[in-house]
Amino acid sequence: MQTDTLELDIWRGGRDGAFQAFELPLRESQTILDAVTEIQRTQDASLAYRFACRVGMCGSCAMMVDGIPRWTCRTRVVDVQRKGKRLKLEPLRNLPVVKDLAVDMAAFFDKWRDAKGYFEPGESPPADFAVVPPDSRERRAADVAIECINCGICYSACDVVSWDKDYLGPAALNRSWTLVNDVRDRGQTSRLEAVATDSGCHSCHSHMSCTAFCPKQLSPTQSIAGLKRETMRAALRGAI
Amino acid sequence: MNAARNAASNAAWTARLLVAQRATAFVLAFAVAIHLATIIYAVRAGLNAGEILGRTRGNALFLAFYSLFVVAASIHAPIGLRNIFREWANWRGRSLNIAMIAVALILLALGLRAAFAVYAA
Repeated sequence: MQTDTLELDIWRGGRDGAFQAFELPLRESQTILDAVTEIQRTQDASLAYRFACRVGMCGSCAMMVDGIPRWTCRTRVVDVQRKGKRLKLEPLRNLPVVKDLAVDMAAFFDKWRDAKGYFEPGESPPADFAVVPPDSRERRAADVAIECINCGICYSACDVVSWDKDYLGPAALNRSWTLVNDVRDRGQTSRLEAVATDSGCHSCHSHMSCTAFCPKQLSPTQSIAGLKRETMRAALRGAI
Repeated sequence: MNAARNAASNAAWTARLLVAQRATAFVLAFAVAIHLATIIYAVRAGLNAGEILGRTRGNALFLAFYSLFVVAASIHAPIGLRNIFREWANWRGRSLNIAMIAVALILLALGLRAAFAVYAA
């Protein structure tokens, strides 16, 4: 009756910790998040993890599942479990562990700020509504990259982040690229300067792990390539 | 404000280094191919050192080609090396930049010396 039981090894503790084994009934359409929640409610109330929406919108439940970063609310056990094998759950890579499966996302969001991943309206408000044609080049470029839910999976998957703690990372650079394509924005020069530093877009090795694991099927690699082009153009123009 | 200016100057430098690296890569793509083809030709044709020098001596085209090759390599290599040191040895800042300028000058001096030696032999 091995297939009726789900066996998991879950990381417990902070940076120094150990795996703890759990067992629970394998259920139909059970997600990884369902399993973790069931363990916390029926076996060990001290198990720490993070979630909010449970429907793939909020981006808070990401963790490593058998070494792969995944959004656990939309990951079904049957889709990722190799038949009869134990599942290994760990906190996201590349971020400090708070406890068990919860990581400290501060560095991740600080880098969004550092990459100027926010709208810059300029000194005075525009006199009229900005008209942005939906089929304009900039609008379409922004559309392709806009659906990020800030889950941190790309950041966790990125090898450059793992060896360069200052690297801004795929999510922040992806957001920055959407704003570079926002024709209303008035902070473009400082944004290009922010992403063209040694820790910015030019450090990307195009490994494409971010693109491979993004649950929203975005391609931060492509966004970063766009930033590389724009920053090089700006440098040739003497704008930065 | 100072931090912002530092970031801006870092960005300006990094972006220009990247432009220089890409531009020299373009030159090197052709130069390396010609260089390898020349080596293969010389070896397969069974030329000895004297015969090679006979072809290169006083050859302005040869000198111009290898000077361009050396200049491109001296710009290209230290920029890549700088990235590798940053990533793999966590070496940052002014000391790294000075060391890489030294690498560039050494490559340039050794390369031009070699190219000129074969030209003027």
